[in-house]
Amino acid sequence: MNNFSIEKLYEMARQLRRDVIKMLTISKSGHSGGPIGLAEIFSALYFKILNIDPKNPQWSDRDYFFLSAGHLAPVWYAALARAGYFPLDELKTLRKIHTRLQGHPAPAHTHGLPGIEVASGSLGQGLSIAVGCALGIRLDAKKSRVYVLLGDGELDEGQIWEAAMTAAHHKVSNLTAIVDRNDCQIDNYTHVVMHLEPLTDKWKAFGWNVIECNGHSIEEFLNAVEKSKQCVDKPSVIIAKTFMGNNVSFMHNDYKWHGVPPNEEQAKQALSELPPTSFGDFIKFDWENN
Amino acid sequence: MAKYKLKEMKATRLGFGEALVEIGHQNPNLVVIGADVTGSVRTDLFKNAFPERFFSVGIAEQDMIGTAAGLAVAGKIPVASTYGEFATGRPYDQIRQSVAYSKLNVKICASHCGITVGPDGATHQALEDIALMRVLPNMVVLSPSDYIETKKMIKAVINYNGPAYVRFFRDNTPVFNDENTPFEIGKSIQLIDGSDVTIIACGLQVWEAILAEEELSAQGVSVRVINMHTIKPIDKNAIIKAAKETGAIVTAEDHQIHGGLGSAVAEVLTQNYPVPQEFVAIKDKFGESGNGMELMKLYGISKDGIVDAVKKVLKRKLVEKMELKYEK
Repeated sequence: MNNFSIEKLYEMARQLRRDVIKMLTISKSGHSGGPIGLAEIFSALYFKILNIDPKNPQWSDRDYFFLSAGHLAPVWYAALARAGYFPLDELKTLRKIHTRLQGHPAPAHTHGLPGIEVASGSLGQGLSIAVGCALGIRLDAKKSRVYVLLGDGELDEGQIWEAAMTAAHHKVSNLTAIVDRNDCQIDNYTHVVMHLEPLTDKWKAFGWNVIECNGHSIEEFLNAVEKSKQCVDKPSVIIAKTFMGNNVSFMHNDYKWHGVPPNEEQAKQALSELPPTSFGDFIKFDWENN
Repeated sequence: MAKYKLKEMKATRLGFGEALVEIGHQNPNLVVIGADVTGSVRTDLFKNAFPERFFSVGIAEQDMIGTAAGLAVAGKIPVASTYGEFATGRPYDQIRQSVAYSKLNVKICASHCGITVGPDGATHQALEDIALMRVLPNMVVLSPSDYIETKKMIKAVINYNGPAYVRFFRDNTPVFNDENTPFEIGKSIQLIDGSDVTIIACGLQVWEAILAEEELSAQGVSVRVINMHTIKPIDKNAIIKAAKETGAIVTAEDHQIHGGLGSAVAEVLTQNYPVPQEFVAIKDKFGESGNGMELMKLYGISKDGIVDAVKKVLKRKLVEKMELKYEK
């Protein structure tokens, strides 16, 4: 398990953003805005929160992480590589033939990556899986915790609310769900496509411990996770307010960046706004020397 | 006389429920998920015996499959059970992504399959479930022919590591299998040998095939009967051998004609050793209310339907032989 300082976690978040920009520039296909907006959360998860052993992904006492909104894969892949699950160099194979970095995540025992437990991509399925996993480890009296990241647009799916009921019914308190509340989905803002508010009240009404935080503040997010761990009789959900494409000016809070990659000019612009870090890039483009 | 003795009438779903309890005593990792209807599908027996290992998700089949997938990730052997239609059609995408593609050790065990569900009518009669499950990569598909075979099958499926679908039935039906016949996933059982034609059946049609053989043998027809309890992976060798040795095939199932056991057998025949085949199945229709046996007769999937299909396929076999002679 990593235990980065707050300062280093922010630096890693910036590196994850750089990684995502570069991965998508190479793949010329994939989702930009959501992954860029989740850099702080993935940095905090993989370099502070999760009790994992990347060299032994199936370690039986590990914490479990599920990405329900599978299209957010690029930032997950970057975090997994940076954490040591697979070589950094492989990030350049995103979405290409024979890659383990499938367009949407798949586990290592199919044709995907170590550190991924279940496939995702078709939305709304991850919360049920997280609840089942939490029930299973509770049965074994393990101290592990289960984390699942949900997109907010994904909350339109009925299965999410089936699982929300199941989690509360069984008092699954070893579970922390995180909602990426960026108010964006592929067609438009979520409040245009389907109203979700009052979202906090909805989760409360379903019997959950609800914690709100700024998803770009690592301090706030770590604090929210700590609070979720202290709740012993309910499942917890962190509603993390984020902005799609945060820290990349032309992507900021623009739902049109949901499902498209940057072109070379846009990548140059984005990288100029995200200074290099001490972790180093996985690839240097020819045009970066200028 | 029928070659097999009808010992008693007992439901396959009861065999399922009892098997879960027996395995539950030996295997602490066995867990069961219920989406209501536990009394109907007989997971109530496990729920009462091992309440801490039974999880209710309410009437929420999509959540049931996802919860099962999560339990499998945590190292458990989850059995998800409800009526066939709601176990397959309702949560299809969940099964595809979270179970089959993810290759997780989830057992989907469905009762109330086929038209013999009877009075509940078409909404509750799973007639497409074999097709739905069979086309999914990594999925194993099985259907037992009686109470005894269900018990053996469930034990084999729990020991098997990977996604599996088992379809069984509501009604009390003839028990005829031998307790001592070994059961192996993917290995069909030849119940009766014969040389003129082979009936390949699954589920409740296996007993109907035994009755059909009795009638046909009295008329001088030598009929081979194969219990194809595993629809996927299907026992290719037994099918090819039957085609070579008997030259005509009848398949019989309580399922739509498209995509079920008959289709699976046809896929093997056309690629290996084509011979005439007749399909005893539901002919691209939805069902309706009635009692199980009445509906089997009405939809032509009982003994009489099988006998008719055998006569038809024997005629085709004869015509083909004559045409071959003529060509020579």
